[in-house]
Amino acid sequence: MLLNPSAAPPPTEPEVLETLGGIVARFDRRRALLVPILQAVQAQCAYLPPETMPLVGRHLGIAASEVYGVASFYNQFRFFPPGRHPIRICLGTACHVKAGDIILENFERKLGIQEGQTTADREFSLERVACVGCCALAPVAIVGETVHGHMQPSKVEGLLLQIQIAREKAQREAAAASPQAEDPSDD
Amino acid sequence: MIEIRVDGQPIAVCPGANLLEACLAAGIYIPHLCHLPGLPAAASCRLCFVALGDRPDPVPACTVAVQPGLEVLTDTPAVRRLQRSALELLLSAHTIDCRRCPANRRCALQRIARFLKVPLKRPDLPPLDPPGGPPGTGGELVVDPSHCVLCGRCVRTCRRLHGHSRLTFAGRGQRTVVTDWVETGPAIRCTDCGACIEVCPVGAIRLAPGANDPES
Ligand code: FES
Ligand code: FES
Repeated sequence: MLLNPSAAPPPTEPEVLETLGGIVARFDRRRALLVPILQAVQAQCAYLPPETMPLVGRHLGIAASEVYGVASFYNQFRFFPPGRHPIRICLGTACHVKAGDIILENFERKLGIQEGQTTADREFSLERVACVGCCALAPVAIVGETVHGHMQPSKVEGLLLQIQIAREKAQREAAAASPQAEDPSDD
Repeated sequence: MIEIRVDGQPIAVCPGANLLEACLAAGIYIPHLCHLPGLPAAASCRLCFVALGDRPDPVPACTVAVQPGLEVLTDTPAVRRLQRSALELLLSAHTIDCRRCPANRRCALQRIARFLKVPLKRPDLPPLDPPGGPPGTGGELVVDPSHCVLCGRCVRTCRRLHGHSRLTFAGRGQRTVVTDWVETGPAIRCTDCGACIEVCPVGAIRLAPGANDPES
Protein backbone atom coordinates (compact mmCIF):
# COMPACT_ATOMS: atom_id res chain seq x y z
CA MET A 1 0.00 0.00 0.00
CA LEU A 2 1.24 3.50 -0.73
CA LEU A 3 1.86 6.08 1.92
CA ASN A 4 -0.06 9.08 0.64
CA PRO A 5 2.28 12.06 0.91
CA SER A 6 -0.61 14.27 2.01
CA ALA A 7 -0.91 12.54 5.38
CA ALA A 8 1.85 11.46 7.72
CA PRO A 9 1.54 8.69 10.31
CA PRO A 10 1.66 9.82 13.96
CA PRO A 11 5.10 10.28 15.55
CA THR A 12 6.60 6.95 16.50
CA GLU A 13 6.66 6.21 20.24
CA PRO A 14 10.15 5.80 21.74
CA GLU A 15 9.46 2.19 22.85
CA VAL A 16 8.45 1.30 19.31
CA LEU A 17 11.67 2.83 18.00
CA GLU A 18 13.68 0.76 20.42
CA THR A 19 11.91 -2.48 19.44
CA LEU A 20 12.50 -1.56 15.83
CA GLY A 21 16.25 -1.19 16.30
CA GLY A 22 16.38 -4.50 18.19
CA ILE A 23 14.56 -6.41 15.47
CA VAL A 24 16.67 -5.08 12.62
CA ALA A 25 19.93 -5.81 14.45
CA ARG A 26 18.98 -9.50 14.78
CA PHE A 27 19.16 -10.00 11.01
CA ASP A 28 22.15 -10.59 8.75
CA ARG A 29 23.02 -7.84 6.33
CA ARG A 30 21.75 -9.57 3.22
CA ARG A 31 19.51 -7.91 0.65
CA ALA A 32 17.52 -11.15 0.39
CA LEU A 33 16.35 -10.62 3.98
CA LEU A 34 14.55 -7.36 3.21
CA VAL A 35 11.03 -8.80 3.21
CA PRO A 36 11.60 -11.04 6.27
CA ILE A 37 12.90 -8.00 8.18
CA LEU A 38 9.86 -5.95 7.21
CA GLN A 39 7.60 -8.83 8.24
CA ALA A 40 9.34 -9.11 11.61
CA VAL A 41 8.97 -5.37 12.18
CA GLN A 42 5.30 -5.45 11.35
CA ALA A 43 4.73 -8.55 13.50
CA GLN A 44 6.18 -6.70 16.51
CA CYS A 45 5.08 -3.12 15.93
CA ALA A 46 1.80 -3.86 14.07
CA TYR A 47 2.91 -1.48 11.30
CA LEU A 48 6.05 -0.13 9.65
CA PRO A 49 6.93 3.13 11.39
CA PRO A 50 8.49 5.64 8.97
CA GLU A 51 11.87 5.21 10.66
CA THR A 52 11.91 1.63 9.34
CA MET A 53 12.89 2.71 5.81
CA PRO A 54 16.21 4.49 6.57
CA LEU A 55 17.06 2.07 9.38
CA VAL A 56 16.62 -1.08 7.30
CA GLY A 57 18.23 0.67 4.32
CA ARG A 58 21.37 1.42 6.33
CA HIS A 59 21.44 -2.11 7.71
CA LEU A 60 21.32 -3.66 4.24
CA GLY A 61 23.33 -0.99 2.43
CA ILE A 62 20.48 0.05 0.15
CA ALA A 63 18.56 3.32 -0.24
CA ALA A 64 15.63 4.02 2.07
CA SER A 65 13.55 4.55 -1.04
CA GLU A 66 14.25 0.99 -2.15
CA VAL A 67 12.93 -0.31 1.17
CA TYR A 68 9.81 1.79 0.69
CA GLY A 69 9.49 0.64 -2.90
CA VAL A 70 9.41 -2.99 -1.81
CA ALA A 71 7.21 -2.39 1.25
CA SER A 72 4.64 -0.40 -0.70
CA PHE A 73 4.38 -3.13 -3.33
CA TYR A 74 2.75 -5.53 -0.86
CA ASN A 75 -0.72 -4.97 0.55
CA GLN A 76 0.48 -6.83 3.62
CA PHE A 77 2.52 -3.89 4.91
CA ARG A 78 0.92 -0.91 6.54
CA PHE A 79 2.40 2.49 7.33
CA PHE A 80 -0.12 3.55 9.94
CA PRO A 81 -0.66 1.96 13.38
CA PRO A 82 -3.93 0.02 13.44
CA GLY A 83 -6.87 1.78 15.08
CA ARG A 84 -8.77 0.36 18.07
CA HIS A 85 -11.58 -0.37 15.63
CA PRO A 86 -10.06 -1.56 12.39
CA ILE A 87 -12.52 -1.18 9.52
CA ARG A 88 -12.04 -3.41 6.51
CA ILE A 89 -13.99 -2.85 3.34
CA CYS A 90 -14.28 -5.79 1.00
CA LEU A 91 -13.48 -5.01 -2.61
CA GLY A 92 -13.50 -8.58 -3.84
CA THR A 93 -15.28 -9.32 -7.10
CA ALA A 94 -18.82 -9.56 -5.71
CA CYS A 95 -18.41 -6.53 -3.45
CA HIS A 96 -16.79 -4.60 -6.28
CA VAL A 97 -19.78 -5.32 -8.50
CA LYS A 98 -22.09 -4.22 -5.67
CA ALA A 99 -20.20 -0.89 -5.45
CA GLY A 100 -18.03 -1.60 -2.41
CA ASP A 101 -15.88 1.33 -3.51
CA ILE A 102 -18.74 3.69 -2.70
CA ILE A 103 -18.92 2.24 0.82
CA LEU A 104 -15.17 2.77 1.16
CA GLU A 105 -15.52 6.32 -0.06
CA ASN A 106 -18.22 7.00 2.51
CA PHE A 107 -16.05 5.73 5.34
CA GLU A 108 -13.16 7.81 4.02
CA ARG A 109 -15.30 10.92 4.00
CA LYS A 110 -16.91 10.33 7.41
CA LEU A 111 -13.58 9.52 9.09
CA GLY A 112 -11.55 12.10 7.20
CA ILE A 113 -8.86 9.55 6.33
CA GLN A 114 -7.98 7.47 3.30
CA GLU A 115 -7.66 3.74 3.01
CA GLY A 116 -4.48 2.57 4.71
CA GLN A 117 -4.64 5.38 7.27
CA THR A 118 -5.67 5.74 10.90
CA THR A 119 -7.58 8.60 12.54
CA ALA A 120 -5.50 10.95 14.70
CA ASP A 121 -7.16 9.63 17.89
CA ARG A 122 -6.23 6.10 16.78
CA GLU A 123 -9.86 4.97 17.11
CA PHE A 124 -10.41 3.89 13.50
CA SER A 125 -8.24 2.57 10.75
CA LEU A 126 -9.46 1.91 7.24
CA GLU A 127 -8.33 -0.83 4.89
CA ARG A 128 -9.52 -2.55 1.77
CA VAL A 129 -9.46 -6.32 1.58
CA ALA A 130 -10.14 -8.92 -1.07
CA CYS A 131 -13.05 -11.34 -0.79
CA VAL A 132 -13.82 -12.20 2.82
CA GLY A 133 -15.91 -15.21 1.89
CA CYS A 134 -19.49 -14.06 2.27
CA CYS A 135 -20.21 -12.77 -1.19
CA ALA A 136 -23.97 -13.32 -0.78
CA LEU A 137 -23.91 -10.42 1.68
CA ALA A 138 -22.07 -8.05 -0.69
CA PRO A 139 -21.11 -5.29 -0.22
CA VAL A 140 -19.41 -6.20 3.04
CA ALA A 141 -17.68 -4.11 5.69
CA ILE A 142 -15.96 -5.61 8.72
CA VAL A 143 -15.79 -3.35 11.74
CA GLY A 144 -13.60 -4.80 14.46
CA GLU A 145 -14.67 -8.46 14.46
CA THR A 146 -18.21 -7.89 13.24
CA VAL A 147 -19.23 -8.52 9.65
CA HIS A 148 -21.78 -6.08 8.27
CA GLY A 149 -23.43 -7.33 5.10
CA HIS A 150 -25.60 -5.53 2.56
CA MET A 151 -23.85 -2.29 3.41
CA GLN A 152 -25.37 0.94 2.23
CA PRO A 153 -23.82 4.38 2.22
CA SER A 154 -26.57 5.52 4.57
CA LYS A 155 -25.56 2.89 7.15
CA VAL A 156 -22.03 4.20 7.54
CA GLU A 157 -22.79 7.08 9.83
CA GLY A 158 -25.00 4.92 12.12
CA LEU A 159 -22.26 2.31 12.45
CA LEU A 160 -19.69 4.84 13.53
CA LEU A 161 -22.15 6.47 15.89
CA GLN A 162 -22.92 3.10 17.53
CA ILE A 163 -19.24 2.59 18.26
CA GLN A 164 -18.93 6.04 19.69
CA ILE A 165 -21.97 5.56 21.93
CA ALA A 166 -20.67 2.19 23.12
CA ARG A 167 -17.34 3.77 23.96
CA GLU A 168 -18.90 6.64 25.86
CA LYS A 169 -21.10 4.23 27.77
CA ALA A 170 -18.08 2.12 28.71
CA GLN A 171 -16.27 5.22 29.86
CA ARG A 172 -19.20 6.33 31.99
CA GLU A 173 -19.48 2.89 33.55
CA ALA A 174 -15.79 2.76 34.25
CA ALA A 175 -16.00 6.19 35.85
CA ALA A 176 -19.00 5.13 37.93
CA ALA A 177 -17.28 1.92 39.08
CA SER A 178 -14.24 3.81 40.33
CA PRO A 179 -15.39 7.33 41.19
CA GLN A 180 -11.88 8.36 42.22
CA ALA A 181 -10.49 7.48 38.76
CA GLU A 182 -8.87 10.35 36.96
CA ASP A 183 -10.10 12.17 33.92
CA PRO A 184 -11.53 9.55 31.54
CA SER A 185 -10.21 11.42 28.55
CA ASP A 186 -6.64 10.32 29.13
CA ASP A 187 -7.19 6.57 28.99
CA MET B 1 30.17 -2.21 -40.74
CA ILE B 2 27.40 -4.55 -41.76
CA GLU B 3 24.30 -3.98 -43.78
CA ILE B 4 20.71 -4.44 -42.68
CA ARG B 5 17.50 -3.57 -44.52
CA VAL B 6 14.87 -1.43 -42.87
CA ASP B 7 11.61 -1.11 -44.81
CA GLY B 8 13.54 -2.24 -47.86
CA GLN B 9 16.16 0.46 -47.50
CA PRO B 10 19.75 -0.70 -46.88
CA ILE B 11 21.53 0.91 -43.93
CA ALA B 12 25.07 0.38 -42.68
CA VAL B 13 25.51 -0.24 -38.97
CA CYS B 14 28.15 -1.51 -36.55
CA PRO B 15 27.70 -5.21 -35.82
CA GLY B 16 25.86 -5.74 -32.53
CA ALA B 17 24.50 -2.19 -32.48
CA ASN B 18 21.11 -1.55 -30.92
CA LEU B 19 18.43 -1.74 -33.61
CA LEU B 20 16.35 1.15 -32.27
CA GLU B 21 19.41 3.41 -32.03
CA ALA B 22 20.57 2.35 -35.50
CA CYS B 23 17.20 3.16 -37.08
CA LEU B 24 16.93 6.51 -35.35
CA ALA B 25 20.48 7.40 -36.43
CA ALA B 26 19.56 6.52 -40.03
CA GLY B 27 16.60 8.87 -39.84
CA ILE B 28 13.96 6.14 -39.58
CA TYR B 29 11.61 7.09 -36.79
CA ILE B 30 10.29 4.40 -34.46
CA PRO B 31 8.12 5.57 -31.55
CA HIS B 32 9.91 5.00 -28.24
CA LEU B 33 9.77 6.29 -24.67
CA CYS B 34 11.81 4.24 -22.28
CA HIS B 35 15.07 3.50 -24.10
CA LEU B 36 18.27 5.10 -22.85
CA PRO B 37 21.24 4.72 -25.22
CA GLY B 38 24.05 2.80 -23.60
CA LEU B 39 21.93 1.13 -20.93
CA PRO B 40 20.42 -2.34 -21.11
CA ALA B 41 16.90 -2.25 -22.54
CA ALA B 42 14.09 -1.97 -20.04
CA ALA B 43 11.50 -2.43 -22.79
CA SER B 44 8.81 -1.13 -20.49
CA CYS B 45 6.95 1.28 -22.77
CA ARG B 46 6.15 -1.31 -25.46
CA LEU B 47 6.15 1.32 -28.19
CA CYS B 48 9.19 0.52 -30.32
CA PHE B 49 7.82 -2.63 -31.95
CA VAL B 50 9.16 -3.73 -35.33
CA ALA B 51 8.69 -6.87 -37.40
CA LEU B 52 11.83 -8.92 -38.03
CA GLY B 53 12.11 -10.94 -41.22
CA ASP B 54 12.11 -14.39 -39.69
CA ARG B 55 9.90 -13.90 -36.64
CA PRO B 56 6.13 -14.31 -36.67
CA ASP B 57 5.46 -11.63 -34.01
CA PRO B 58 6.77 -8.08 -33.69
CA VAL B 59 9.49 -7.44 -31.09
CA PRO B 60 10.61 -4.24 -29.31
CA ALA B 61 13.47 -2.79 -31.41
CA CYS B 62 15.32 -1.61 -28.30
CA THR B 63 15.93 -5.24 -27.31
CA VAL B 64 17.46 -6.30 -30.64
CA ALA B 65 21.18 -6.36 -31.50
CA VAL B 66 21.65 -6.09 -35.25
CA GLN B 67 23.07 -8.94 -37.27
CA PRO B 68 24.20 -8.97 -40.90
CA GLY B 69 21.34 -9.30 -43.34
CA LEU B 70 18.61 -8.46 -40.81
CA GLU B 71 15.30 -7.58 -42.47
CA VAL B 72 13.25 -5.06 -40.49
CA LEU B 73 9.76 -3.71 -41.19
CA THR B 74 8.62 -0.75 -39.11
CA ASP B 75 5.18 -0.25 -40.57
CA THR B 76 3.18 -3.49 -40.69
CA PRO B 77 -0.43 -3.61 -39.47
CA ALA B 78 0.57 -5.85 -36.54
CA VAL B 79 3.29 -3.40 -35.49
CA ARG B 80 0.98 -0.42 -35.62
CA ARG B 81 -1.77 -2.24 -33.75
CA LEU B 82 0.59 -3.05 -30.88
CA GLN B 83 1.99 0.47 -30.82
CA ARG B 84 -1.42 2.08 -30.85
CA SER B 85 -2.75 -0.02 -28.02
CA ALA B 86 0.40 0.59 -25.95
CA LEU B 87 -0.02 4.32 -26.48
CA GLU B 88 -3.73 4.24 -25.72
CA LEU B 89 -3.01 2.43 -22.45
CA LEU B 90 -0.46 5.08 -21.50
CA LEU B 91 -2.84 7.88 -22.41
CA SER B 92 -5.68 6.29 -20.45
CA ALA B 93 -3.82 6.98 -17.22
CA HIS B 94 -2.48 10.36 -18.27
CA THR B 95 -4.20 13.63 -17.52
CA ILE B 96 -4.54 15.39 -20.86
CA ASP B 97 -4.34 19.11 -20.23
CA CYS B 98 -1.64 20.03 -22.71
CA ARG B 99 -2.24 23.75 -22.69
CA ARG B 100 -1.42 23.99 -19.01
CA CYS B 101 1.30 21.31 -19.05
CA PRO B 102 4.92 22.52 -18.76
CA ALA B 103 5.97 19.88 -21.29
CA ASN B 104 3.58 21.13 -23.97
CA ARG B 105 5.13 20.86 -27.45
CA ARG B 106 8.19 18.97 -26.27
CA CYS B 107 6.22 16.05 -24.84
CA ALA B 108 7.07 12.68 -26.33
CA LEU B 109 3.45 11.56 -26.01
CA GLN B 110 2.24 14.38 -28.25
CA ARG B 111 4.78 13.51 -30.89
CA ILE B 112 4.07 9.79 -30.81
CA ALA B 113 0.30 10.33 -30.84
CA ARG B 114 0.62 12.52 -33.91
CA PHE B 115 2.87 9.97 -35.60
CA LEU B 116 0.56 7.03 -34.85
CA LYS B 117 -2.58 9.08 -35.49
CA VAL B 118 -4.00 8.27 -32.08
CA PRO B 119 -6.23 10.97 -30.56
CA LEU B 120 -4.86 12.36 -27.27
CA LYS B 121 -8.30 12.73 -25.79
CA ARG B 122 -10.84 9.98 -25.50
CA PRO B 123 -14.08 11.60 -24.38
CA ASP B 124 -15.72 8.17 -24.32
CA LEU B 125 -13.49 6.97 -21.48
CA PRO B 126 -13.96 8.35 -17.96
CA PRO B 127 -10.80 9.92 -16.53
CA LEU B 128 -8.92 7.88 -13.91
CA ASP B 129 -8.07 9.26 -10.50
CA PRO B 130 -4.36 9.94 -10.38
CA PRO B 131 -2.64 7.28 -8.27
CA GLY B 132 -1.38 8.07 -4.80
CA GLY B 133 -3.11 11.42 -4.44
CA PRO B 134 -1.50 14.75 -5.19
CA PRO B 135 2.13 15.04 -6.31
CA GLY B 136 4.51 14.59 -3.36
CA THR B 137 4.81 17.50 -1.00
CA GLY B 138 7.62 18.65 1.24
CA GLY B 139 10.37 17.97 -1.29
CA GLU B 140 12.41 19.89 -3.82
CA LEU B 141 11.14 17.91 -6.77
CA VAL B 142 7.68 16.63 -7.53
CA VAL B 143 6.67 13.80 -9.80
CA ASP B 144 3.16 14.39 -11.01
CA PRO B 145 1.56 10.93 -10.93
CA SER B 146 -1.14 11.99 -13.35
CA HIS B 147 1.51 12.71 -15.97
CA CYS B 148 4.19 10.13 -15.20
CA VAL B 149 4.25 7.29 -17.75
CA LEU B 150 6.44 5.09 -15.51
CA CYS B 151 9.04 4.59 -18.23
CA GLY B 152 11.73 4.45 -15.54
CA ARG B 153 14.20 6.69 -17.38
CA CYS B 154 14.72 8.83 -14.28
CA VAL B 155 15.21 5.79 -12.05
CA ARG B 156 17.77 4.24 -14.40
CA THR B 157 19.57 7.51 -15.06
CA CYS B 158 19.88 8.15 -11.34
CA ARG B 159 21.32 4.68 -10.87
CA ARG B 160 23.80 5.14 -13.71
CA LEU B 161 25.05 8.46 -12.35
CA HIS B 162 25.17 7.65 -8.67
CA GLY B 163 25.73 3.91 -8.49
CA HIS B 164 22.40 3.36 -6.80
CA SER B 165 19.10 5.01 -7.52
CA ARG B 166 17.51 7.28 -4.99
CA LEU B 167 14.39 7.31 -7.11
CA THR B 168 12.32 4.17 -7.02
CA PHE B 169 8.98 2.76 -8.07
CA ALA B 170 6.56 2.52 -5.15
CA GLY B 171 3.16 0.91 -4.96
CA ARG B 172 1.99 -1.27 -7.79
CA GLY B 173 -0.34 -1.60 -10.71
CA GLN B 174 -2.42 1.43 -11.47
CA ARG B 175 -1.14 3.12 -8.32
CA THR B 176 2.58 2.92 -9.03
CA VAL B 177 4.47 6.17 -8.49
CA VAL B 178 8.09 7.28 -8.72
CA THR B 179 9.50 8.70 -5.51
CA ASP B 180 12.40 8.89 -3.06
CA TRP B 181 12.19 8.58 0.72
CA VAL B 182 13.19 11.47 2.95
CA GLU B 183 13.52 10.66 6.67
CA THR B 184 9.87 10.03 7.49
CA GLY B 185 8.00 9.97 4.25
CA PRO B 186 7.94 9.69 0.48
CA ALA B 187 9.35 12.88 -1.05
CA ILE B 188 12.22 13.93 -3.29
CA ARG B 189 14.62 16.35 -1.72
CA CYS B 190 17.57 15.79 -4.03
CA THR B 191 18.63 18.46 -6.49
CA ASP B 192 22.19 17.26 -6.90
CA CYS B 193 22.21 17.00 -10.67
CA GLY B 194 18.72 17.45 -12.06
CA ALA B 195 19.39 14.66 -14.56
CA CYS B 196 16.05 13.06 -13.81
CA ILE B 197 14.24 16.23 -14.88
CA GLU B 198 16.10 16.26 -18.15
CA VAL B 199 15.45 12.65 -19.15
CA CYS B 200 11.72 12.71 -18.40
CA PRO B 201 10.00 12.43 -21.80
CA VAL B 202 6.73 13.96 -20.60
CA GLY B 203 7.80 16.61 -18.09
CA ALA B 204 6.23 14.77 -15.15
CA ILE B 205 9.19 15.38 -12.85
CA ARG B 206 9.89 19.00 -12.06
CA LEU B 207 11.08 21.44 -9.44
CA ALA B 208 8.59 22.02 -6.69
CA PRO B 209 7.35 25.61 -6.62
CA GLY B 210 9.90 27.65 -4.67
CA ALA B 211 12.68 25.05 -4.76
CA ASN B 212 16.24 25.89 -5.78
CA ASP B 213 17.13 25.32 -9.39
CA PRO B 214 19.96 22.77 -9.57
CA GLU B 215 21.38 24.60 -12.55
CA SER B 216 21.84 27.92 -10.78
S1 FES C 1 -16.30 -10.26 -2.63
FE1 FES C 1 -16.76 -9.34 -0.75
S2 FES C 1 -17.21 -11.09 0.41
FE2 FES C 1 -16.65 -12.00 -1.46
S1 FES D 1 11.82 2.01 -26.23
FE1 FES D 1 11.65 -0.08 -26.61
S2 FES D 1 10.10 -0.70 -25.27
FE2 FES D 1 10.34 1.38 -24.74
